[in-house]
This record gives sequence, structure tokens and C-alpha cells, in this order.
Amino acid sequence: MVQTIYESFGYVIPETVLSVFFVLTLLTSLVGDRRSKYLPAYTALLGFAVTGAFVAGQIGMDQLVFSGMYAVDPFSWFFKVLFLVSGALIVLFSMQSRELDTASTKYAEYYSLIISLTIGAFFMAGASNLLMMYLSLELVSISSYILSGFTKENPRADEASLKYVIYGAFSSGLMLYGISILYGLTGELNIYALNQAFSSGALSQVSVLIAIVLMLAGLGYKISAVPFHFWTPDVYEGAPVTVTAFLSVTSKAAGFAMLIRFFKIGFIDIAAQPAVAGMWQIFHGLNWTDIIAVLSVLTMTLGNLVALWQTNMKRLLAYSSIAHAGYILMGFVTLTDQGISAMLMYFVAYLLMNLGAFYIVMLVANKYQTEDIDGYAGLGYRSPYAAFALTVFLFSLTGIPPTFGFIGKLYLFAALIKTNYIWLAIVGVLNSVVSLYYYVKVVRSMYLVTPADSTRVDFGFGTNLLMTVLMVPNIALMLYFTPVLNWAEHSVLMFGLH
Amino acid sequence: MTVHVGLTQFLVVSAILFSLGIFGVMTRKNAIMVLMGIELILNAANINFVAFTRFGLMNLSGQVTAVFVIILAAAEAAVLLAIVLNMFQQINTVNVDEVDKLKN
Repeated sequence: MVQTIYESFGYVIPETVLSVFFVLTLLTSLVGDRRSKYLPAYTALLGFAVTGAFVAGQIGMDQLVFSGMYAVDPFSWFFKVLFLVSGALIVLFSMQSRELDTASTKYAEYYSLIISLTIGAFFMAGASNLLMMYLSLELVSISSYILSGFTKENPRADEASLKYVIYGAFSSGLMLYGISILYGLTGELNIYALNQAFSSGALSQVSVLIAIVLMLAGLGYKISAVPFHFWTPDVYEGAPVTVTAFLSVTSKAAGFAMLIRFFKIGFIDIAAQPAVAGMWQIFHGLNWTDIIAVLSVLTMTLGNLVALWQTNMKRLLAYSSIAHAGYILMGFVTLTDQGISAMLMYFVAYLLMNLGAFYIVMLVANKYQTEDIDGYAGLGYRSPYAAFALTVFLFSLTGIPPTFGFIGKLYLFAALIKTNYIWLAIVGVLNSVVSLYYYVKVVRSMYLVTPADSTRVDFGFGTNLLMTVLMVPNIALMLYFTPVLNWAEHSVLMFGLH
Repeated sequence: MTVHVGLTQFLVVSAILFSLGIFGVMTRKNAIMVLMGIELILNAANINFVAFTRFGLMNLSGQVTAVFVIILAAAEAAVLLAIVLNMFQQINTVNVDEVDKLKN
């Protein structure tokens, strides 16, 4: 036992390093000027860099550690890289945010919470035990409750965090009750053991159904899928922009990672190919993939339709992120390797375009003190480069050809067509067309509306550089996406599969 | 007459607590009452875990989970209370339905 634990520690070095840097970042508030944002920010960046080095050393590992609690496999490796990139970018964004300056004595806490959320996301990506899944989900949630209300003098942020904590605690409570039922039915918390229990087929179908619906409440809230999405617009609008961007990428990707692993490992005959044919007997009465397909359609349709009449940019991007959760769920409906790898590829695109769009929103809020779409009028004349970058990100979010977002959607639709979900692919395409309207509305406002005040506002070299760093892959990866495709295809491998 | 208390009795109590918890979250306006509803849900799950371990002749992981959940419930309550307290200082209310600035 002790030997197993000792050996397992070798596999969680990245998480350990992040935990150490969590403490170090917090301690920087004791050193020097409390109001300096640079010391904690650079400590956090260093933490992400060192963790990155250790994560790089884990490439190709395929191992279950801590008595089956935690999987270190190519699938979780993919998400760890994603979380590190997203975390580091958010730290860079936050250093420029004016909004956070209202809480300027608490920078150390802010950056350490970003690290703690990333630790939680790491564990979510690898959790292969129901208790571990619940704990890591809560680690992410509790960090994000505090982060979303971080500028606590701002009543809108307070409201965001209050709504978030109530919805979040409620949904994770439902999920825990679902876990307790699953435990009672099978006597197991490990998802590989759950798979064995389901394979016998001697369980009450109704009880399993109730448990799964309750589990979906917790997972669906994290990815903001439709019946559990109510918190998303309010929290995304009220929270500081940097936090919104972070939640929309890291927390959502972590939720998807957990969802995919839970269903892929727990519910499918691991040996069978194609995967759908391998559903255990017990699930034949209730057609899982169809339920998820309906969820996916509802999620993207609601997200896109409500986004049409938004006037606040953050709220618009909130509904857009709900819609994107719907697109990504489409890949999950297939349950095939091709579908999952399309989802993973879409996450790369989503990270680049969504973080980019939020970055520009933050910069505009810094300089022009506005988050309204009307405030973007004539941005193409006042800050041409930022306006151009935002146009690229918005086109990428729509999925228009010269951008990586197009490739992401293309592979999702290809996976659907291959598994004969043609109707779902058509709904997806129609939704993309609807989304074009509200994304282009912003672009139109930037270029076709003459501003009242057309003074040039430049953002400075560093900012433009960061914009370029986010913008170039959005276009370059469209032209040469083979490496991402290969990476995504290798990353569908979870421990115990194949 | 002696009443035998078995798994069923525990599960019934837990189901009642769970339903009361959901009812509390849905109907209460006061954020503190909502928190109490959430605590009821968590404790209902805890009763399930412990009862299943005790009567189901299973491994100990249910008991372990219950301990973890107690700790997490405390952490969650601390964060929620801090947020509510801050809310009260800022806009002088703890009622969830009066917090509606973020709406179209």
C-alpha cells in the first residue's frame, strides 16, 4: 500500500509543483509592496512554466495511479497542456486589466486562485473515481466562486458570484446524491469497476437512470449545457473579464474532460468496436446518444437564438459559449474516436478564438470604459489593429473558412456524418448560420458605423504582440492543421481503452 | 414489538431530506435558507453513503466519501457565507430575488 502511494507520487509531479506555486504566489503578498501586481503574476507564470516542463515529461504515459483514483494518460495530457496555456494567457491578460485594480491589495490571492483552479482542472481531466471527480469538481467550483466575485466593491461581480455559488452548490449537491445512488447500486466508486458492474446488467434500470440524470446535473452545469445553463449569462457578464475568459475555457474544458471520461469508461463495453454497439445491455432501453443529441441541439439553439438580441458584449459571448458547448457535445453524441478527437481539436480552436475575443473585450473596456456593442462603433477607425484581431476571432467563432474555427467545425460535422447523424450535422450548420448574424453585427458596428470621436487609440507594443500571438494560430492552423489533428487523434487514448 | 431498522429506513430518511433540500432551494428567498437547503442535499447523500456501507456489506469507500463531503460542505458554506456577507455590505440585502441587476 505504502509502496503504491510512494510510486504514485512520481506521476503527480505537475500537480504537486502547481500546489507549491499556489502557496508561493500567496506568500508574495508578504514580500515588498502589496499593491504590486508583478511579483505574484510572475510567480504564477513561473509556476505554469515549471509545471509545463514536468507535463512535457509525462508525454505518452498511460498509467492509473493512487489505487485507480487518477489516470495519467494521453487524454488527460492533452487537457493539461490546454489548461496550462489558458492559465498562462489569463495571467498575462490580468496584468493589463484595469478592472482588477479596484481590488489592488489582493493580487496575490487572485493569481493563487487562478493556480488552484488549474490544479482542480488537472484533477478533473484525470479523475477516474467518483469521489475524485466530485472533489476536483468542487476545487474548480470553489475557486471560481471566489474569482467571479473578486472585485467585491462592484455589485455586479457580487451578484455574479452569489448566483454562481447557489447554482453551483445546488448542482454539485445533486451530482453527489447521484454518486451515492451509483455507489449503493454497485458498491464501487471506481469507474472501471462501475463498468464491470454495469456489464452484469443485474441492476435496476430506473435507479441507474435517476443516478445518471443527477450526475448529468453536475456535469451539465460545469459545461453550461441547456437545462443547467441559467447561471452562465449572469456570471459571465458580472465577473471581471479575465475571470470570465478563464471560466469559459478552462472550467468548461475540464467539465467536458470529466464528462467524456465518465461516459466513455463507465458506460461502454471497452473492448467493442464501434463504441456505440458496445453499450451494455442495461442501457439498451434508454438510448443515451439520442438524449445527448437532444441536449446538444437545445444547447446550441438556445445559445444562438438568445445571443441574437444581446447588447452587452460579455453577455453575447456568454451565450456564444453556451452555443459552443452545444457544438462540442455533438462530437460526444457519436461516442467514436473520430468524434472525440474532433471535440479535442475544437477545444484548441475554442481556446484560441474565445480567449482572443475576451482579450479584446478587456482592452476595449480598459480604454473606452464600455462593454456595450454600441461602444464598439467605429473601432475599426479608432484602433484598427484591435478591431482587425477581433474580426478574426469572431469569424473563427462563427467558423468561416480562413480561420481555425472552420476546421474545428468541419471535423465535428465529418464525425457526425460518418456515424449517420446527418440531421444533427444539418442542425449544427443551420446554427452556425444563425450565429453569423450576431458575430457580424459586432464587425459591422466596428467598420460601418462612423464613431462620434475618431481619435486614434493605440494599445502599445506588448498588447499588440499578445494579440498577434493569439491571432496568428487562428489563421495559420487553418492552413496547416495536421499537427493538431495528429495530436487530437493520439489523445483519444484513455487508460484501459484499446 | 421491536422495529428492525435496516437499509430501507435510512434510504427513506435520506430521500425525504433530499426532497426537503430541493424544496428549500427552490422556494426560499433568503440566501442563508438556500444554503440550508443545499446542506440538506449534501447530508442526504452522506446518509446514503454511510448506510450503504453499513448494510450493503461493501468496502469502506462510502464512509471515506462521507468524511470528505463533510469537509467540502464546510468549505462551501464558508465561501457562500462570505459572499452573502459581502453582498449585504454592498446592497443591504440577503434576498436572492432582490439581486437582479444583471438582466436584460
